[in-house]
Amino acid sequence: MVPLSWYLMLAAFLFSCGLYGALARRNAIAMLMGIELMLNAANINLVAFWRHGVAPMEDLTGQAFAVLIIGLAAAEAAVGLALIIAVYRERRTIDVDELDILSG
Amino acid sequence: MQLPLGIEVPIPTFEQFVFIQVALLTAVAGLAVVMSRNLFHSALALTLTFFGVAGVYVFLEAEFLAVSQVLVYVGAIAMLIAFAIMLTRSMMYGRTSPLNNQWGKSSLFAFLFFIGLLAFARATPWPAAGEDVVADEALIGALGREFVTTYVIAFEVLGLLLLLALVGAVMLARDR
Repeated sequence: MVPLSWYLMLAAFLFSCGLYGALARRNAIAMLMGIELMLNAANINLVAFWRHGVAPMEDLTGQAFAVLIIGLAAAEAAVGLALIIAVYRERRTIDVDELDILSG
Repeated sequence: MQLPLGIEVPIPTFEQFVFIQVALLTAVAGLAVVMSRNLFHSALALTLTFFGVAGVYVFLEAEFLAVSQVLVYVGAIAMLIAFAIMLTRSMMYGRTSPLNNQWGKSSLFAFLFFIGLLAFARATPWPAAGEDVVADEALIGALGREFVTTYVIAFEVLGLLLLLALVGAVMLARDR
């Protein structure tokens, strides 16, 4: 049996990687990849807590939430990438540092 | 197992040993996603990370989630990202650094965040192990029943959201 804290440490590492990617990368697609990493890390935590819960066979809340998050991530990726492609068509760049027409 | 400095390291069981391999693969691939300069290499590393997370789900005896992970993330999202990278190809390598000018602060923040989470995960006395799970069709059936009883609202709203997101994505990305 793998201890719960090992899963949590792996998820913490993946989340921190995703956080860094989302904050520090210039490219909008790379930022989106960071967000996907963070969603995956959250999912690992949910499933790990489900598995180590009081009654994993009866109470499937953790797994249900994980399935909902996978669906949400699919919707987020579809809209995010469509936005990126639309922006690229208008501005010929997806460098988020250059997309600053709203900054005063 | 005794290390030279007198540190006692428990010998991992076979399951733990395999888990360490999978976790290391996932972690290294996750690091490669944010560290790689070439965006396409990032996307490939992301695919590897998704596979690793699916492996972690197998360790957690959540087979349905492992299969969904491969279907949705590897099959759909990684493919979408690869298409988006190829459609915006001129950005693949970039003229300058792939990082913006707040990367130093970001890396420090992410590192401190990781240390904090690590300390929390190690210090908290978690329950040793859940009760045994018999992972078979009955578990997936129970999960399906949860979605049409307890979580029916969330499930229906998610379906609506997915439909709207896909229609919206087509609207946004179509060539005017």
